[in-house]
Amino acid sequence: MKLNPKQYDQMVKKASPPSPVLKDCLWAFFVGGGICLMGEALRNFYLMWYDKELAGTLTSITLVFLSAVTTMLGWYQKLAAHAGAGTLVPITGFANSVVSPAIEFKAEGWVTGVGSKIFNIAGPVIAFGTLASWVWGLLYWAMGKF
Amino acid sequence: MAFRRGDVLVFAKPPVIAAWAAAGGKKEKQGPLAGGFDFLTEDTAFTEEDCPNWEQAESHLQQKAIDACLRKAGISHKEVELTFAGDLQAQCTASSYTMRGVQAPYAGVYGACSTMAETLALAAAFTGSGLARQVLAFTSSHFCAAERQFRTPLEYGAKRTPTAQWTATAAGACLLRGPGSTGIPVLSVTFGRVQDYAVHDINNMGAAMMPAAASTLLQYFAGTGTRPEDFDAILTGDLGQVGSDLLLQQMEREGVPLPNHQDCGCLLYDLGSGNVQAGGSGAGCSASVLCAHVLPKLLHGEWRRVLFLSTGALMSQTTFLQGESIPGIAHCVELGCEEGAK
Repeated sequence: MKLNPKQYDQMVKKASPPSPVLKDCLWAFFVGGGICLMGEALRNFYLMWYDKELAGTLTSITLVFLSAVTTMLGWYQKLAAHAGAGTLVPITGFANSVVSPAIEFKAEGWVTGVGSKIFNIAGPVIAFGTLASWVWGLLYWAMGKF
Repeated sequence: MAFRRGDVLVFAKPPVIAAWAAAGGKKEKQGPLAGGFDFLTEDTAFTEEDCPNWEQAESHLQQKAIDACLRKAGISHKEVELTFAGDLQAQCTASSYTMRGVQAPYAGVYGACSTMAETLALAAAFTGSGLARQVLAFTSSHFCAAERQFRTPLEYGAKRTPTAQWTATAAGACLLRGPGSTGIPVLSVTFGRVQDYAVHDINNMGAAMMPAAASTLLQYFAGTGTRPEDFDAILTGDLGQVGSDLLLQQMEREGVPLPNHQDCGCLLYDLGSGNVQAGGSGAGCSASVLCAHVLPKLLHGEWRRVLFLSTGALMSQTTFLQGESIPGIAHCVELGCEEGAK
């Protein structure tokens, strides 16, 4: 065939439609911003009764809960198909990444399915998050020495 | 018997596809080919039949296609002398579970999305040579079973790229009989060679499979001395919009332009509507388009001679994660019309 991988790579790049970056960014900005705005509203609501720290914690809990419910109803994924990073980056995206495998792998059993697959997607975030905090902790400790 | 022309196996006395059937799900029901399907359901989980999971749901879908196909052929399971079948699930379990109920001799085949042409070609070779009188060939794919195996959980919020293709929830089944029977003649079959042009993007399968389609087509035209114009249509399995564009470019460069090319992945759905992106894919895509669209057209004489190429991407989740490129394959089946057979 009159084709080599290098040449083909160019052909494929030319033939593949690019993502509509501006549209995607607007969706991500407004939906992601919307979720954060909701978080802020919730925090102010909780601040009417509780102190700053507890209000913050309650806000996270509420957002995670809402994400779990909307994931179960199949709504979160529909919104994410448009919003992309807008739904991925906030804490609700993290909740979605834990709840969705839990639902999906229930068919393989509570322990061997849900238990072992629940952190399939979130696992790397947890693993490298822990590593990053360990490294930062070390740096923090070293900085205190001077 | 058959004779060889390069990679092409030509049947002097062609076996025939005596009966066929297509089964599909919700999205296929909304697609432009819905009218040609024998069975369509909105309940793709088959909850009403107490189906426990997506893998078994795919098997249910296959059973619907087989039942319809054998009903049209006027035979029972017991009269099937051999079955070639496969699907996208690891270890081809959908087909194996289906065959648990059918109880006919069975040889499992894995060709990824090229399975329909592959099983059809094998069935034609067996019936054409008299090794079996009635051979069943079928395949399927199920969006939900494929997503959870190859990508992410269904409820996971992810954005699809414009080059991504939608795995069809569909099955197709064909019953082949030996030369002289009534049906759509299988004039020749060409088993493809694996082609790998270093495409690594799992969201651009059409591009990964295009070289395989071009290679098999070139083998076919070189072997038979035919030209694309000799056919009413040249159908590829699931190259989608991107792969189709690339195929046309490549064939033009090879000096064999394809004016009558169509892609099953672009026919099955309304492109641009509801998350389909670059088109349909999956083994069930070309299988159902064959049974719901191509074979009826040949039966009614609208088309007289076509090439049907199913294209498959032969990677696994493991090889993909290991950074290997995606090898492709395409098998070609040449189909005629009923009068042509006599």
